[in-house]
Amino acid sequence: MLEATSSALRDPEEPSDGPVLPTLRFLTCGSVDDGKSTLIGRLLYEQSLIYDDQLAALERDSRKHGTDGDNIDFALLVDGLEAEREQGITIDVAYRYVSTPRRSFIIADTPGHEQYTRNMATGASSADLAVLLVDARKGLLTQTCRHAAIVSLTGIRHVVLAINKIDLTGYDQAGFAKIVADFEAFAAPLGFASLTAIPISARHGVNISERSEKTPWYHGPALLEHLETIDVERDNSTQPFRFPVQWVNRPDLDFRGYSGTVASGTVRPGDEVVVAKSGRTSRVARIVTYDGDRDSASAGDAVTLTLDDELDIARGDVLCDPKDRPEVSDQFAAHLVWMSDDKLLPGRSYLLKLGTRTVPVTITELKHRLDPSTLGERPGKSLSLNEVGFCTLAATTPCAFDPYKTNHTTGAFILIDRITNATAAAGMIAFGLRRATNIHRQGLNVAKLDRARIKHQKPAVLWFTGLSGSGKSTIANLVESRLYAHGAHTVLLDGDNVRHGLNKDLGFTDVDRVENIRRVGEVAKLMTDAGLVVLCSFISPFRAERRLVRELLDEGEFIEIFVDTPLEECIARDPKGLYKKAIAGEIENFTGISQAYEPPESPELVVSRNSETAEQAAARIVKLLIEKGFVDHIDELGDDWSI
Amino acid sequence: MILSVSPHLRRLEAESIFILREVVAEFERPVMLYSIGKDSSVMLHLALKAFYPSKPPFPLLHVDTTWKFREMIAFRDEAAERAGMELLVHVNEDGLRRGISPVASGSNVHTQVMKTEGLRQALERWRFDAAFGGARRDEEKSRAKERIFSHRSASHAWDPRNQRPELWRLFNTRIRPGESMRVFPLSNWTELDVWDYIAAEGIPVVPLYFSKERPVVERDGALIMVDDDRLPLRPGEEPRMEKIRFRTLGCYPLTGAIRSQAETLPEMIAEMRASTTSEREGRLIDHDESGSMEKKKREGYF
Repeated sequence: MLEATSSALRDPEEPSDGPVLPTLRFLTCGSVDDGKSTLIGRLLYEQSLIYDDQLAALERDSRKHGTDGDNIDFALLVDGLEAEREQGITIDVAYRYVSTPRRSFIIADTPGHEQYTRNMATGASSADLAVLLVDARKGLLTQTCRHAAIVSLTGIRHVVLAINKIDLTGYDQAGFAKIVADFEAFAAPLGFASLTAIPISARHGVNISERSEKTPWYHGPALLEHLETIDVERDNSTQPFRFPVQWVNRPDLDFRGYSGTVASGTVRPGDEVVVAKSGRTSRVARIVTYDGDRDSASAGDAVTLTLDDELDIARGDVLCDPKDRPEVSDQFAAHLVWMSDDKLLPGRSYLLKLGTRTVPVTITELKHRLDPSTLGERPGKSLSLNEVGFCTLAATTPCAFDPYKTNHTTGAFILIDRITNATAAAGMIAFGLRRATNIHRQGLNVAKLDRARIKHQKPAVLWFTGLSGSGKSTIANLVESRLYAHGAHTVLLDGDNVRHGLNKDLGFTDVDRVENIRRVGEVAKLMTDAGLVVLCSFISPFRAERRLVRELLDEGEFIEIFVDTPLEECIARDPKGLYKKAIAGEIENFTGISQAYEPPESPELVVSRNSETAEQAAARIVKLLIEKGFVDHIDELGDDWSI
Repeated sequence: MILSVSPHLRRLEAESIFILREVVAEFERPVMLYSIGKDSSVMLHLALKAFYPSKPPFPLLHVDTTWKFREMIAFRDEAAERAGMELLVHVNEDGLRRGISPVASGSNVHTQVMKTEGLRQALERWRFDAAFGGARRDEEKSRAKERIFSHRSASHAWDPRNQRPELWRLFNTRIRPGESMRVFPLSNWTELDVWDYIAAEGIPVVPLYFSKERPVVERDGALIMVDDDRLPLRPGEEPRMEKIRFRTLGCYPLTGAIRSQAETLPEMIAEMRASTTSEREGRLIDHDESGSMEKKKREGYF
């Protein structure tokens, strides 16, 4: 029913016998040497989408690198990178564009070699359908099953099982039927919405564009015919409204809009929307575009929304339907496809990018690994490149999300290695953890900055870190006195004092030390919510703990002050006699003696007790707070503030 | 000619707008490489849409080899003016001093010095951390495998073996100081998509794309337009007037014209649909050997 025409780019207006369906994004996958690149090259050739000069280059390359004698090797057309032409394997994802009168296609050609599974997952993440190739002579291989499993995991619901090289089995119907039966048995638990098996020969063009008389026993559609007519659209426009804010659009003081792409659902002016994380609500005022205001926007539309009320909304917030909200939680369970050469380390901090939001996250536990060929559960302590696992994750701040199953845009994330910046994993959220998930945060009418404003200050945490006896508490006390004299509202949390009350159940083991700082961090955060300037004086020897507190707070609120007094001097002073005991071995895990102190890498301020007195240091800290606008500038006090 | 925009083009448009906004939200000093051709025209138009009612919050940058057609330079200045955006122009002055030109040095050296090195100088001069380019994956085989967000080392090199996987629309934009990102919002567009969109949205393009009588000489099988007197004529060469147009625009002695009667956009699109050669055929720089684009990209070419 389809004929290749002589024109290279055919007119999409040309009449055809069916409706023009939306662009189909599909990927080709399957084991190495099953003929994926050849299939795509053949499709382009039969659709006359290869230009004369490209064909000439192809013939030249076929003689040089080809694997098919003097015949054209179609795989060379697709295997773009030099190394691939030389090694004869595809090592990366290649994108190809095919248009027929009925439909436009974007094809991701993904590698079959085992070590490149991450690229296969990459191609799958943006596809609606997968063409899974099988060599008719070999039947199902481990790779075939693994790829089918990844296809299922990434939420692709439509699969074409293209049983290739059917010419090499003498067009054997029974062999074809056996592979189909094997695959159906294997794939039954994967839950595909459609599965179509087609016998093909990519090299000889059997059942590619047209049904071939070589397989009279086959009564289904040719491959292209099937791809042109299959309807894969999930109707995202009827899902609950989700709008991840990508960029705050402020051309001038009169206009404040939120630019982004509708992830799901439909929105109209007048609709009520809620900011998922803060719980604040407003109504959509306008849907602004360059081509004029619109009366609705649906899934996939890139627009700018304005609201009736001035809310505190930033990039990373998600605007949603108040009657059908996403989950909001800082802990959730997800599948991870590991993509980095460095193994997954539970407990290590990564960056999580979910929608337009990027937050630090820790993988708290690897529940199990997945058998790559069956998706069955296997025990494991870590994940290596190309392995798939089911994990729990804890973010430093709550995020809005939906399960990946119901929403691919608000349920997918990547993990980024904080040292190398490599993309370490692809993640798909299964569900939120802990009861926090469905307790939607109460929107508060009075915000932190409102509370701080009546005190003419901005909330901040001054975190004094340094060895025992370095002078942290002395300086913190002086700073608080000076701030008090300034009329600033402060509170001081001191390591020793906190351990007499809030943390009296904690000892000095590593676990307890981390919990000690976590609680102090949470208390400091509540105090900043009250609008206060909080002074914290803790040895806090580890960078990770201090970073934990920094990340609990808003950008710029955490001011790390390193009291840099040499160990010898601290030992010499020994105000509480602790060094003496530690050196005598009477105290275990004593910082500086039997436990390392990790100095801050980029503190906001360093106090060097070699070159300044405690009073001078305190004056410098107060000056910094005034400069940064945390407390009001009061000139009349002058420089002589001795109390 | 204003046509309605098809769902296919709307989807491509929305995807490109998402990419443009993502860069502006995540990078400190973005810039848009503006090379005056049809792809740049579409990319600029998409930028106006992405940030409306704000102006695109980045400048345009043209790396001028000094061998662009005169009509291109005039169009460039008008386009920046129309968009209300700042236009930065950078010329590799060192290359000029060394007398590098496509005529004297050949296409390879000229491209390496005036385009690749010039681009690197410009990115360093203004310390840009992200640069938009109008490249499409359907142009050339190695581009088909390049990411939308293409990471470059501090020396601007592309490492095709170590590209970050791109999943969903979750672009990893993290870079270290000194490194940069090249970003291609038109990655998934085809040549025909670009022209269909230009027609549907009424986007201005350089008149050289449309056929007109122009002075040409035929050289090594290509039609070269004599744009000014810097092109030395070989013995026996006599410029003659022919109805020609360009399918792709580069430096004038390196870009071959095609004989054509297509004076309007609809005529031109119709002619292109019937074409049996690819657009880069007219680009003499790609012909040296297959794989030449990949080599150039590894060295920092767009």
